Amino acid sequence: MSDGTHDAVHRHEPPKGFIRKYIFSLDHKVIGIQYILLALVAVLVGMIMSVLMRLKLSWPGTSWPILGSLFPAGAPGGVMGPEFYLSLLTMHGTIMVFFVLTTAPQGGFGNYFLPIQIGADDMAFPVLNMMSFWITGVGFVVLLAAIFFSGSSATVGPIGGWTGYAPLSALGQIAGPGQGMGMNLWIISIAIFCVGSLLGALNFITTLLNMRTRGMSLMRMPLTCWAWFTTAVLALLSFPVLLGGGILLLLDRLAGTSFFIPGGLVVSGLLSGSVKQFPLHTGGSPILWQHLFWFFGHPEVYIAILPGMGATSHILATFARKPVFGYRAMVFAIFAIGLLGFFVWGHHMFISGMSPYSAMAFSIVTLSIGVPSAVKTFNWLGTLWGGKIRFTTPMLFAIGFVSLFVAGGITGLVLGQTSLDLPMHDTYFVLAHFHLVMGVASIFGMFAATYFWFPKMFGRMMNEKLGKIHFWITFVGVYSIFVPMHIMGIVGMPRRYSEFTQYRFLDSLHPLVVFVSIAAIITVLTQVVFYFNVIWSMFKGQKASDNPWEATSLEWTTATPPPHDNFAGHPPTVYRGPYEYSVPGAAKDFLMQTEPETAEAPLGAEGISEDGHDGHKH
Amino acid sequence: MGRALAVIIWILTLLSVILFVSKKWWFPPAISAHAPALDRQFMITLVVVGIAFAAAQIGLGWMVWKYRDTPNRPAATYTHGSSRLEVVWSVITAVIFVGLALMGQSVWASLRFNAAPPGSYQVEVVAQQFEWNFHYPGKDKIFGRTEPELIDEATQNSIGLDVSDPNARDDQVGKLLAVPVGRPVELILRSKDVIHSFWVPPLRFKQDLVPGMAIHVHFTANKVGKYELACAELCGQLHFNMKSVMLVLPEDEFRALTEMPPGKPFIDRITELRDKYKLPEEQ
Repeated sequence: MSDGTHDAVHRHEPPKGFIRKYIFSLDHKVIGIQYILLALVAVLVGMIMSVLMRLKLSWPGTSWPILGSLFPAGAPGGVMGPEFYLSLLTMHGTIMVFFVLTTAPQGGFGNYFLPIQIGADDMAFPVLNMMSFWITGVGFVVLLAAIFFSGSSATVGPIGGWTGYAPLSALGQIAGPGQGMGMNLWIISIAIFCVGSLLGALNFITTLLNMRTRGMSLMRMPLTCWAWFTTAVLALLSFPVLLGGGILLLLDRLAGTSFFIPGGLVVSGLLSGSVKQFPLHTGGSPILWQHLFWFFGHPEVYIAILPGMGATSHILATFARKPVFGYRAMVFAIFAIGLLGFFVWGHHMFISGMSPYSAMAFSIVTLSIGVPSAVKTFNWLGTLWGGKIRFTTPMLFAIGFVSLFVAGGITGLVLGQTSLDLPMHDTYFVLAHFHLVMGVASIFGMFAATYFWFPKMFGRMMNEKLGKIHFWITFVGVYSIFVPMHIMGIVGMPRRYSEFTQYRFLDSLHPLVVFVSIAAIITVLTQVVFYFNVIWSMFKGQKASDNPWEATSLEWTTATPPPHDNFAGHPPTVYRGPYEYSVPGAAKDFLMQTEPETAEAPLGAEGISEDGHDGHKH
Repeated sequence: MGRALAVIIWILTLLSVILFVSKKWWFPPAISAHAPALDRQFMITLVVVGIAFAAAQIGLGWMVWKYRDTPNRPAATYTHGSSRLEVVWSVITAVIFVGLALMGQSVWASLRFNAAPPGSYQVEVVAQQFEWNFHYPGKDKIFGRTEPELIDEATQNSIGLDVSDPNARDDQVGKLLAVPVGRPVELILRSKDVIHSFWVPPLRFKQDLVPGMAIHVHFTANKVGKYELACAELCGQLHFNMKSVMLVLPEDEFRALTEMPPGKPFIDRITELRDKYKLPEEQ
């Protein structure tokens, strides 16, 4: 790929000015860090919101004077009202799913390391890359604005959950607090986010297919690259559907259309068409919104977790000092998850009023997707088996990822069954399931990635002692928060309740509710250690060498931190697979991908057959 | 470090399993005909899930314990995997998972693939923001006509019943749900404004109420008593307080109720019945 034409197309000189270098940068590395910083800010906001929600659930009626002064309308006298809770819930979900789980794993680490790991000097479309970050940033600002521009009603933001089910989200202010301007901004924010993600996805796919360096056949790519590639394909195919749905929803709200609003509604005592603020609607389908939303929403959960899976595979091999077990099976499993992930959205809708026969079909496909997920787990265990494991902080988080992925994913076998969804749907069992697997497992993947790649990005190691404290408390903490939530769901506790005081069947759960809140507060406070470690290590951390982990992939062959064009004008040539650890007869226990073939060093089975002759244009 | 991690993983696994096995908190006792089969399917699934969860976590702990880097440990095993193993574990998991999915259809099919059996008692449920309305057909067992235009909270016509329709004359409307014990019940679920969801935990039954649709569902409640009815789909500010109760009444008591004249006599009678029975949690 290092022929003259490509160089001419992709070469861009290191920028001089501050703005070009750090703000409107075209460098994929800077853009990657920008995405990570955005996620670090967003996740902080999202976490604080989750703590406020736990306070409300465990100690309803308690006055928190600081809230009273910050949000006089939402928390009069410091006591959080139900609409305040619901807007926290909506914002927490939206911020976490879109601006944390979709930014850091893909836009952040993917942006920084995909080009380097395939030996490219940048992304295929640097300007597009810059635009995708800044569009996403605008989306975040619009979302935050939604908190403060919610009209006259006593609320602090939109109310609808991250799923924004119509017609509640479509009717406007007549449907109650949180349905005014804040909801418009919520929809606009998501639509903007969709555009940013689409541009990013195009870039990832093109870069990976066209810009691999000499010898980097597809089957020699690190599993991280397969994960980022598949994630980009999912994003490319699913975000347009959400974008379309969002535009239709906005039209229902602002232009009086009826895509999601049926006829004959009576809201707050007023008949549709009888008054000016509630125009005549007819013929819309609330279930259509759910189909559009979940056609996006289910692939979205794989968008969130696939990069974490890739990072975990990569890091497990590195610190077990072993090749990834079943590399080829891992690639197929990623593809299978991506493909099947497009045919399971209906499992969110078993009791929506959809055809029960469709529900059965969705149920069977849903449980089938457990197979590639299980294959990945078996291969991670296989990678550890017979290893010589170094327990660095990134390794601890990668092992934690495996543990949490199993714990969270496996209850999908319960929820994916139509019959069992009857009692479990919209209870805390669902909450526990997706927080473990899509939330904290993905976040553990990102913690692992941060500790692993930080030295390459900033030239300094993160503090190992702080990293380990962070791991131990967080690992025990997330189990303590989310395992008891399954039990709450079994008792029947519904999601999205701002308090549980109204139902006697929930009374017995109070001790568990308080326990979970205490665990959550401790776990969230522990993240201060992580933030401190990131900031402190940037300036004071121990200097990192070019390859501090003795790893094999291309990012460790270049300088730390990498130069502007990644390889200082010398694109690497790749001779072997990405995980050649502990090769018998080799001098060291790792062989870099750039190490030329020699007679005595046997080469990996994977990658050889695919050797740079195929699928790879020169 | 490896041993500490293994021990922590095992302890967390053990505590998680204990929390489920102890059943200190568990399903409320079931009150519907389909519930035993559903609970059995849940337990079968939970056993499979529990074994897989424990096996994976124990295995993970064992790997990090046994293969931790110590000065004496030989170099890591150089292997790229085993196609035979991949096939074996793919096939085994596929059989188990798809098997569970197929088994999990039977209760679903019994409830949702068939219309309500003949002789089912029909009640129309009309949800609105933060309230439940129940429309009983009365002695003639025929529902009177309803129109959204006729909905008027001032005159307490909350479902828009057309009183000029002869079929509507004996129709009873109230805020409490009463059903007969041991007899199939068909609910016709509607919503006036946004999506709500009908959720009675001991019934093991949930179904959304979608505006613009009339969703027909059926079940048989088989234990006399009073049970809480909750909304399970976010419907707005007071979603947490959108509650009612479901009374499961003996046949004679139920028949007498359905023959009460609509309006105040009916409301008074069903309120009396509500106060007569106690929630399982209050007993």
